[in-house]
Amino acid sequence: MTQLRAAIVLSILFTLLTGLVYPLAITGLGQVLLPHQANGSLIKRGETIIGSALVGQHFASDRYFQGRPSVTSAVDPADATKTIDAPYNAANSTGSNLGPSSKALAETMEARAKALGVGPQPADMVTASASGLDPHITPSGAGVQIARIAKARGKPEAEIRALVERHTEGRDLGVLGQLRINVLVLNLALDAATP
Amino acid sequence: MQSDLLQAGLYALALFTAAVPLGWYMAKVFTGSITFLAPVERLLMGAAGEHREQGWKAYAASLLLFNAVGFALLFSILMLQHRMPLNPQGFDGLTWHLALNTAISFITNTNWQSYGGETTLSHLSQMMGLTTQNFLSAASGMAVAVAVARGFAARQARYLGNFWSDMTRGTLYILLPGAIMLALLFLALGMPQTLSASVEATTLEGAKQTLSLGPVASQVAIKQLGTNGGGFFNVNSAHPFENPNAITNFLSMLAILVIPVAFTFTYGRLIGDKRQGRALFAAMGILLVAAFTALYAAERFGNPLHAAFSDPAGGNMEGKEVRFGVVNSVLWAVATTAASNGSVNAMHDSLTPLGGMVAMVNMQLGEIIYGGAGVGLTGMLLFVILTVFLAGLMVGRTPEYLGKKIESREVKLAALTLLVTPIGVLVLGAIAIATGHAQTSVQDAGPHGLSELIYVYSSATGNNGSAFAGFTANTPFHNTMLGLAMLLGRFGYIIPILAIAGSLATKTPAAATAGTFPTHGPVFITLLVLTILIVGALTFLPVLALGPIAEHVSLLLGRTF
Repeated sequence: MTQLRAAIVLSILFTLLTGLVYPLAITGLGQVLLPHQANGSLIKRGETIIGSALVGQHFASDRYFQGRPSVTSAVDPADATKTIDAPYNAANSTGSNLGPSSKALAETMEARAKALGVGPQPADMVTASASGLDPHITPSGAGVQIARIAKARGKPEAEIRALVERHTEGRDLGVLGQLRINVLVLNLALDAATP
Repeated sequence: MQSDLLQAGLYALALFTAAVPLGWYMAKVFTGSITFLAPVERLLMGAAGEHREQGWKAYAASLLLFNAVGFALLFSILMLQHRMPLNPQGFDGLTWHLALNTAISFITNTNWQSYGGETTLSHLSQMMGLTTQNFLSAASGMAVAVAVARGFAARQARYLGNFWSDMTRGTLYILLPGAIMLALLFLALGMPQTLSASVEATTLEGAKQTLSLGPVASQVAIKQLGTNGGGFFNVNSAHPFENPNAITNFLSMLAILVIPVAFTFTYGRLIGDKRQGRALFAAMGILLVAAFTALYAAERFGNPLHAAFSDPAGGNMEGKEVRFGVVNSVLWAVATTAASNGSVNAMHDSLTPLGGMVAMVNMQLGEIIYGGAGVGLTGMLLFVILTVFLAGLMVGRTPEYLGKKIESREVKLAALTLLVTPIGVLVLGAIAIATGHAQTSVQDAGPHGLSELIYVYSSATGNNGSAFAGFTANTPFHNTMLGLAMLLGRFGYIIPILAIAGSLATKTPAAATAGTFPTHGPVFITLLVLTILIVGALTFLPVLALGPIAEHVSLLLGRTF
């Protein structure tokens, strides 16, 4: 019985300490010291929140660089028992989870590659990201889109290419990760440079 | 390629550099020399009212009781979350089977995600439910390792220590300070930490985007440090808010393995022979490097089926994130399956067949490649006992470990634990197939479907928690069966190893002689690694041949399903 009492008492005390005091203390510190990060690293234009610097968003227009394929979904507004495709749904993260020998995966990738050009295309532009919210593409993923953007915006390709190069982020701390471009940040710069 | 190896090397170096002093510190904590939180410790222990030394049975009983109470508490929170505060999205209570599965999952340090974080759980459930058990299940595992080390080192003793005190010290002096430091670092690097549930954005193209938020940093810190792995979001650490950049990724990977690695050094200090700890460190290290090499080669080589439309230079990027790239996804996949952590930064279901197989094997070996906090070490000690037994058979001498005779009781108990993974993976998996529940839950056709089933049951039995997530596990059948597998994989190891420790504690170590087989040299390390691989291969090679190996062959032949 004394063992059971110890189990119950310590469970309750530790729930308060690690389940309430700890996360609330971190929340308090975050909100006071690091409010930008604590609230999702939001990007605003004027008063409007246009997104988070960390989370990708869907671009369909030819005038914008597109991010990686995303297979997130949402509840169908017409029928709550069904789901519909909703790329970059930041309230329901998911990847495709398709296996390497999946016929569906091979066909989808082939279609994505054909939409971009002839022959093999950059891996990041034909595969779905893990989260469906990947904010980045690789420099070659941006490279295959430059001609399309230049045409849609009536600008020389060299100008767009220079913009991409300026917005290519190096490896973190010079070593970690790989070269990458934040698509939302690049598109904001694109709007600013070529209205 | 060079940059990839540089990142992997840097990770190994950082891990080792952090684990050595942490191992020393943890030994100090569990021998009672660290006291900076003594008033809090006294308060908690006073309230608990149990200070007596415990034999192995009492120690195990306390642990079971504590986990049972934790289960009841978490199960109630999950079932009743709709009636409690901090539920800004107004989520319903969970179904009984999802609550059962999730509660078992978190008390056994598995942290399997049948739930989809941002679409099922209230903030209260995430904080008071999951975060609490992230601490306590890890602390329970650490307590077991400490008790076992005491038993192995003791001389004619009856007691292994006091569970309540060990668990409290592990939480107060190791997990809590570590989690606070890590959470603040994560916050500074971009992880959200707020009580609001979401924010609405209007995208550049004018569409609405709802960004799910919450107290993320605090939970992610302990989910990594305590080898837990249960995510705040559905896609776990692949979500940009749960792992915003390559630096948070690096810190997360360090946190995943640092306590398990440090425990090999803590063990050496606790038993008063650091060479023994270093030998375990080396054996585990050999397996880890081998796993990384194999998985990296598979993912870098990519998928021959996709070579015509995906530039092979990019590797296999399906289910991976650009900010990590192939190498950091591979390092993570190896670390998380080696450490029984189970958090993911890439979707394992989309790994190449051989890459996925490496992750599977890491779990099927019993989570001993550093393994979970504390329990990885004790799992390895079971293999040590089997290895000295086999070595004893080869030379015809009574096996000894740390000068103590390993006799029939210890060998029987250790051999018994060899049944845990075959039952949890093969027997339960076979039942799922025979009853048709496997077929309705797998996503992919062909051999990959079998891989999904085997992966999921390996993950539950290994208390890992990662998934081939195409598999629909959130059904009454699988939630219950996976719950059983998790209980078996947790207590099926913990109870026998505590019993062995209890029995070894009573023995008197004999002085080493010229005929003693040393358990710290390269010969023993080699034997230990081979024993682990042979046992694993004998058990799982047939099913791996039908799953990932068959799938690999079909890729080479150009067949899809």
